Amino acid sequence: MEAVRISDLTKYYGKIRGIERVSLTVAKGEFFGFIGPNGAGKSTTIRTLLGLIRPTSGEAQILGLDIEKDKEKILARVGYLPSEAVFYSGMRVRDVLKFSADLRKKDCRKTADQLCERLQLDTSRKVEELSFGNRKKTAIVCALQHEPELLLLDEPTSGLDPLMQKEFFEILRERNREGTTIFLSSHILSEIQRNCTRAAIIREGQIIACGSVEELSRTSARRISIHGQAEIVDLEGVRDLQVSAEGLNFLYSGDMNRLLAVLARGNIRDLSISEPDLEEVFMHYYDARVERSCVPCSHGKE
Amino acid sequence: MTIIKHELRQGRIAFAVWTVSIAALMVVCVFLFPEMKREMGAIGNLFASMGKFTDAFGMNRLNFGTLIGFYAIECGNVLGLGGAFFAALTAVSALSKEEKDRTAEFLLTHPVSRARVVTEKLMAAAAQILAMNLMIFVLSLLSITVIGEEIPWKEILLMHLAYLLMQLELAGICFGISAFLHRGSAGIGLGLAVMAYFLNLIANMTKNAKFLKYITPFGYCDAADIVGGGKLNSVMIVIGALAAGIGIAAAYIRYCGKDIQG
Repeated sequence: MEAVRISDLTKYYGKIRGIERVSLTVAKGEFFGFIGPNGAGKSTTIRTLLGLIRPTSGEAQILGLDIEKDKEKILARVGYLPSEAVFYSGMRVRDVLKFSADLRKKDCRKTADQLCERLQLDTSRKVEELSFGNRKKTAIVCALQHEPELLLLDEPTSGLDPLMQKEFFEILRERNREGTTIFLSSHILSEIQRNCTRAAIIREGQIIACGSVEELSRTSARRISIHGQAEIVDLEGVRDLQVSAEGLNFLYSGDMNRLLAVLARGNIRDLSISEPDLEEVFMHYYDARVERSCVPCSHGKE
Repeated sequence: MTIIKHELRQGRIAFAVWTVSIAALMVVCVFLFPEMKREMGAIGNLFASMGKFTDAFGMNRLNFGTLIGFYAIECGNVLGLGGAFFAALTAVSALSKEEKDRTAEFLLTHPVSRARVVTEKLMAAAAQILAMNLMIFVLSLLSITVIGEEIPWKEILLMHLAYLLMQLELAGICFGISAFLHRGSAGIGLGLAVMAYFLNLIANMTKNAKFLKYITPFGYCDAADIVGGGKLNSVMIVIGALAAGIGIAAAYIRYCGKDIQG
């Protein structure tokens, strides 16, 4: 059974597109990345899965339960970290954590204390006095304290300083090792590349690619870095060309033999040919010239 | 119960401010009565001869020189308006404030059904209205005892009951409106309460507008009618209960299928 199974999920806000025919599956125990720029439909997808908004069409199951019929059962087993957490003014952090636990009818004090200590969160502070980062930490504890089976994280690191981000991902990896499925939405690719095993890329409400992070990074294009001189003006398939005093740096997706022939005529002191990183692949997927093609989304653990 | 407790906690300052303000005004009015009674001859005629203004407040049908007549006009207006404002404000913001303050996402991503949220918020609003009316009622009785007047039990009970029903009706309607709102709401609640109040004044002033009494919940709260007739108008109350019921039903239907804005 999958942790998340989305089939043809569509959400329109009146005439405005939210998401269109989104389909993807996440296996239990996966660390799954959901990549896309702001406004692509990441939050709409997550908010639909949580029952905050109703899908226009399509369906989805979380932990084998239907998102519309079994909403409360799903919410009991899921932890959600919103991109921008807002709490009831006048409450202290510890009241918020207690209220959240009470709504779940669970005593989460032990886990909450551990999390607060690791994240260095002062629970006696009033929520309206908290900085953005500390509000985020409060939201993290709310999302994790009941030890959910699935974590839905929407832009989780915004507002956290690098040390806290490190600690946060450390906690996530621990949870993931213990069996928690993690669904991480982000526009920061390095975050996805470092932590996730599989990922989907969403653009303008549609999934444009989905697969293992390795697969997504794999493309025929190569990053070519040359120290020295070469005459590449006639070469086809050169993108992102940077010229410096040292030499040239570009992304090449043309014929390798022609490249080698051109380089052989030049004066090359040093040469490196490497796979582009996810960031570059991402730009490739987002390039308007690239036709939308959906890599079939099957999960890696099958 | 968790949400009820949370609601009462969140609303405790507003509750305290409204209750203390209304109760204090009521007590002050009662304490003014002994002096009023002494100078009744002159004032009574004055109040009874202000034309439409007299009609509007039912002063042509009530005797300012008796405690119940005085109480019905002075304290009735304080509790009528104050209570209506509090009930309308509490109910109209009950559901919408979660979206206005952007806390809805927090609340609704916990394993609680929308119907339970509506039920508990409704109960919290009703509990606050009941508690406020009870406290004010007790304080009024105490202050009447303090000035040495006899308590006109039947009339005063009927009056306070009518005001409680009126507040619950307004709250029911406003609660229904609350489910449809995404942002601000206080204005709608206050506006509705003020409109209901003035509809009754118009109904009192104009013979042709008597039907308005069946529309506004203040219709069955008119102290002059209650004191004069010695009973509440059951037709008006049934209409009111229906209106409140429709409001509450609308709240459930709307809120359970509502898209929560982020």
